Amino acid sequence: MARLSREEVAKVARLARIALDEVELERFTDQLAQVLEHVADLEALDLADVAPTAHPHGLANVVRDDEVRASLDRAEVLAQAPDVAEDRFAVPRIIGEAP
Amino acid sequence: MSLPEGWEMVVGLEVHTELLTRTKLFCGCANAFGAEPNTQTCPVCLGLPGSLPVLNRRAVDLAMAIGLALHATVSPSTFHRKNYFYPDMPKDFQISQYDRPINAGGYLDLPDGSRVGIERAHLEEDTGKSTHLGGSGRIHGAERSLVDYNRSGVPLVEIVSAPDIRSAAQARAYAAELRGILIAAGASDGRMEEGSMRIDANVSVHRVGEPFGTRCEMKNLNSLRSLQRAIDYEAERQYALVASGGVVRQETRHWDEDRGVTATMRSKEEADDYRYFQEPDLVDLAPEAAWVEAVRAGLGPMPAERRARLTALLTEPTDAQLDAVGTVVDLGIDGFVEAAVAAGVEVDRAIARAANELAGDPHERPGLTGEGFAETLRLEQAGDLSATQAKTVLSTLALAGGDPAAVARELGFERMAADELEGLLERLVAEHPDEWRRYDEGDDKLAQFFTGQVMRATRGQADGKVVLDLLRARRGR
Repeated sequence: MARLSREEVAKVARLARIALDEVELERFTDQLAQVLEHVADLEALDLADVAPTAHPHGLANVVRDDEVRASLDRAEVLAQAPDVAEDRFAVPRIIGEAP
Repeated sequence: MSLPEGWEMVVGLEVHTELLTRTKLFCGCANAFGAEPNTQTCPVCLGLPGSLPVLNRRAVDLAMAIGLALHATVSPSTFHRKNYFYPDMPKDFQISQYDRPINAGGYLDLPDGSRVGIERAHLEEDTGKSTHLGGSGRIHGAERSLVDYNRSGVPLVEIVSAPDIRSAAQARAYAAELRGILIAAGASDGRMEEGSMRIDANVSVHRVGEPFGTRCEMKNLNSLRSLQRAIDYEAERQYALVASGGVVRQETRHWDEDRGVTATMRSKEEADDYRYFQEPDLVDLAPEAAWVEAVRAGLGPMPAERRARLTALLTEPTDAQLDAVGTVVDLGIDGFVEAAVAAGVEVDRAIARAANELAGDPHERPGLTGEGFAETLRLEQAGDLSATQAKTVLSTLALAGGDPAAVARELGFERMAADELEGLLERLVAEHPDEWRRYDEGDDKLAQFFTGQVMRATRGQADGKVVLDLLRARRGR
């Protein structure tokens, strides 16, 4: 497996909205590369007969009944908002639409 | 509108439907449209730290019902996080299904006999609802956006068709048929105007026999009419571009209903920009056979079967009758027609009254039952109510319910005795000798004149057919 590049780390950081300076970029590229190389050790194993594991718990179908529970008080909810207008969270204008 | 000979469009639709559950997909907040903003939220659907999602069993039932109604296979599935930043989604990711959807592979047969493949139908959560303030009110001019999180976390199923659709009209027929299936499965109310069913269309054009062209995705298609218009517009735009030597760029475009055009919204991001990864707070969803079969057993007949059942009652159905059958099934009142026919009402009358008199919003006729509908039509057929009176009784029943005969009495609708009508006609003939002479000499148009006079005198309570019979009988006396 090719070693993780600085460009890949910069791209992931940008997508996650994390600002990294040059020194941090260098340091995290190195650290993340070590993590990935550790995980890549698995590639040495023959796993052809092993089913993919979605979760270590071995649980499935954890569901609840469709019953309404009390919601939070609106005043309490809106107190968390950076700004409020018309009982809604007011945010800086949005360019474009959600994907 | 169509493309020139030798060219064709390719359309695939992504339909999102909100599910008719009581609560949201991963928390117990109410799933109800129209509540006061931000009154249906909790730490889970607000994405507060430390909150944990728990899957709603009913949402799984309805997702499987949709899959089974579309002949898809229910398979073990997992949930993923689709990561992106947008204020209508406070967690900064949407929980969706990615490489292992709950339903995969299926099809939908359209009334014209064509078949459209279904690639998948997966579960995911809805986002909050933004409104944009300031500027021209359009998204780009907005200065602030306001967010209501009542919709955040509402269960959705996204149904992705194969790129099998070849015209805007076929796309519309697919969306209409799918809407009927979603309603019949009890999964959705199908209300596009309230956003409980939303459609995105992928459109490309190519020369027949050559590979598919680059596709663009249309958003903001809020009605079946918008869907059809937007696809036609977009296919022609792409054809004009390619025919003049240009290149179609893969992008998302916004349909402007008022101007009748599509415009660039953004260039399509790479799929892996969403950094999908498995949702660590949810376990596998692998419904066992007994669960799947219980959902299958609970599915009622789908629209195609119900149309066939009504059509079979007609001896030689005309196109207009077939249209009416389609309308009646779309309205979900084919049961009314069957009840009326079982009560001895003529099929023609039952279908026509259902299609014409009950065409409005089904939610606006809470009082009408199959029994009330059948009894009203039976009274009309027996001559106890005129056509006009029967229609009035139906609209009264629709709002308030009740017994048709009692409602008719309250409205003052009493069968007008034939001798009473005779007396009235006698007087009208005497008052309008010229008109009577012309009618008597064979000018049938004057029948309308006398019927109108009778209706005016009886405030619409006379039976038009009976009046006509009496007029004919008086001729040449």
